[in-house]
Amino acid sequence: MSAQAPCKLKASDYKSDYKPVWCPGCGDYHVLLSLTKAVAQIGLRPEEIAVVSGIGCSSRISGYLNCYGFHGIHGRALPLATGVKVARPDLTVIAAGGDGDGFSIGGNHLLHACRRNIDITYVVMDNEIYGMTKGQPSPTTDPDWDSKLAPGGTGISPFHPLVIALASGANFVARAFSGDPNGTARILVDAINHPGFSFVQILSPCVTFRPDQKEWKNAVHPAPVTPTSDPAQAARRLMTDDGFNIGVLYKGAREPYRQAVVREPRVERDIDEEFMV
Amino acid sequence: MPDQPGNSKSTSIALVGKGGAGVITAGEILLIAAARAGLYGMMIPVIGPQIRGGESGALLRLGNFPINCLDDRIDVLAGIGWLHAERFRSDIPIDADSQIVTDPAEGAVPDFIIDAGARIYELEMTALAQSIEGGRENMIVLGYVARLAGIPEFAVLQAVEKKLGRKGRDAIRASNECVQLGYGKAAGVSQVEPEAAPGASDSRWLMSGNHATGLGAIRGGIRFAAAYPITPATEVLEWLAPRLSDAGGTLVQAEDELASINMVIGASFAGIPSLTATSGPGLSLMIEGLGLAVGAEIPIVVIDVMRGGPSTGIPTKPEQSDFNAAVYGLHGDAPHIVVAPNSVTDCVFTTQWAVHLADATQAPVIVLSDQFIGQTNVVLDPIPAIAFFAKRKLAENIDGKFERYALTADGISPIPVPGTPGGQYLAGGLTHSPTARPSGMVHDHVAQLDKRARKIDDFDYGQHWADIEGDGELAIITWGSTTGTVKEAIDRLPPELSAKLKLISLRLLLPAQPRKLADALKGVERLLVIEQNHSGQLYRFLRAWYDLPAATETLHRPGPTVFRPGEIVERLLDWGQP
Repeated sequence: MSAQAPCKLKASDYKSDYKPVWCPGCGDYHVLLSLTKAVAQIGLRPEEIAVVSGIGCSSRISGYLNCYGFHGIHGRALPLATGVKVARPDLTVIAAGGDGDGFSIGGNHLLHACRRNIDITYVVMDNEIYGMTKGQPSPTTDPDWDSKLAPGGTGISPFHPLVIALASGANFVARAFSGDPNGTARILVDAINHPGFSFVQILSPCVTFRPDQKEWKNAVHPAPVTPTSDPAQAARRLMTDDGFNIGVLYKGAREPYRQAVVREPRVERDIDEEFMV
Repeated sequence: MPDQPGNSKSTSIALVGKGGAGVITAGEILLIAAARAGLYGMMIPVIGPQIRGGESGALLRLGNFPINCLDDRIDVLAGIGWLHAERFRSDIPIDADSQIVTDPAEGAVPDFIIDAGARIYELEMTALAQSIEGGRENMIVLGYVARLAGIPEFAVLQAVEKKLGRKGRDAIRASNECVQLGYGKAAGVSQVEPEAAPGASDSRWLMSGNHATGLGAIRGGIRFAAAYPITPATEVLEWLAPRLSDAGGTLVQAEDELASINMVIGASFAGIPSLTATSGPGLSLMIEGLGLAVGAEIPIVVIDVMRGGPSTGIPTKPEQSDFNAAVYGLHGDAPHIVVAPNSVTDCVFTTQWAVHLADATQAPVIVLSDQFIGQTNVVLDPIPAIAFFAKRKLAENIDGKFERYALTADGISPIPVPGTPGGQYLAGGLTHSPTARPSGMVHDHVAQLDKRARKIDDFDYGQHWADIEGDGELAIITWGSTTGTVKEAIDRLPPELSAKLKLISLRLLLPAQPRKLADALKGVERLLVIEQNHSGQLYRFLRAWYDLPAATETLHRPGPTVFRPGEIVERLLDWGQP
């Protein structure tokens, strides 16, 4: 299928006719735009793409694309995507979701997806909150952020998804900002084209429950570095960054998970013979 | 061999020993030897939770008819040391006619064995093994016990070659010498002359239920598996891993069961027939995923090799207590299919059928195997291939608006394989319209619930829903591994009782088949439901779904020990009184 001539579709051709449930001003609209721009630029056919997501506001994105979509259960986008890609290496597989879906309920899968290094791209739209359930703290929320569920704040330090992805073996680590759709699209093209597991955190403001995040557009800045292939250097940079460095931060050279090897298929008769006494 | 009804004969043997003594290996060789001698047989390892160094045992039953259950008693019990043998007490019922083989150098025979009044034979296993370079006690015992069981020596030597062939000539020579030495020592003791059964050949198969399950999966067309290790299902996965690869497929070891079930759903969504295998705790973790497969209409197969529950329970022992979890565990109205193999042989058929049913109905199918079927090695006749394969009603050459969840008459809607132009749709757990658009509308919710129920309820399951034997005014309903034991119990009944007894072994547990069972129960006045769990889970399900005779009784008890035929005979004699 991928041997066919490159596909010449516009970004808008990759959108479905479903109207997003997102609030006006939600950063996720721009992520959707960036993603359609990226796949259009690469020239992928819609039917050769599988977009797999979990549960949450941002996880609705799988329905807003005119690709094969799977809107799974909470936290399990990565195992679903893993199954799709291992079974069908010819498909381009993009997993997507939010910080609660990916870092809390699905946290364990993130570690193992990075470690397994399957050739998929994982896009996390991080708004540091559970939006769909109307404003509870997530693993990336600051400790003093006040909410009904955690009055006065959780008192727990947020964790650093990029450091965790890197330490777990992700082969590509980047941060993007939804407010810059063209820049985000460029990063996504890079991520999709890079072999192995690509992790892209997209800062995507929740204007409804975190109006303070409207200020992110003033805080983000291009990372003042070129991507490194040295995990130790990448780790040092990530540990000391301000959370607003935008760009590709690490590009590794690990071999992706081995694809299904189709040897000369054995006939059943051979298997039967194993059981003879 | 003690006489069974007709010309059937069997010998039950238990080998126990300290961990590392090699009793399992000796048992496996003895089983192969029996097969080479033309006998049928089974062996089930009995192990403690220790990985190494604990007690271990092998229970064997060898006979001239297909063996599908353990006998009531042990004819021969050999101990390579008796440390912790007490723990096996419920697995090794011995009596005054049992023969006990012991090495005085390995300590005293435990009191419970002495108290049974069994005959004790001393065999200097340690000293004899030391007299041969590279000799081992388990091979001495193997030879001795084989002679007691009437297995010809040539068959034992062939079996050693088959089992230990990879260990090199020296190991085989040492083992053979030990076997011959032990064999000779028993010559004066044995009450039977060794003889090969008529028609002895090497054409029989030797397999465990877990391997049979793997074979059924491959035959049915499974080409992707994802799973997390768990006792007693792990052998399904270890058997499948290289063979799936050989067949052009893949097995992924997942990080947990939440991942396994979702990987399997993803792979099947991508068009590849997919399976996972687990046991009770894993099934519990997979329940949410199973609901997703129901709602998104993705065919998957989940093998549950049941063990004692709830929670961690008894991982190495069988129980039929996951019935409720498999049938009722999913939230919402979630029609799916539950089937159960009723023998090791049937694991091949039932698994292959499950793969077929999953793909045909685009729904999850749970296969309820259990530890007894799964981990028992059985000598059986070759299992011919059958024509059940994974085959979906595919959406191809799609033109114009595509309705993934079209409201078809049979409830089954064509499914596209990703890559098919025009077939793009959103699979997922949200209620949706026929075009797969998420919907909160009443009519969509009801229409899709109706459609999913229809495709499961109206599917033609043919005659495979149950195995039915006999006819008469008395009927037994049972399922799974208990079936083999019930069959043997019926064979032992007085002919006037067995002649009026009908056995119904349910293979299709869900959906219920009220009309078929009503037909099967025509003329039946009294019914007995037999299963191995504490609360009569199948019985209560039958009560809900079927019109049962007023005189319906139940025989259910939990594991961890399996039913023995005598226990069922006793109940049938009592119950069968007019």
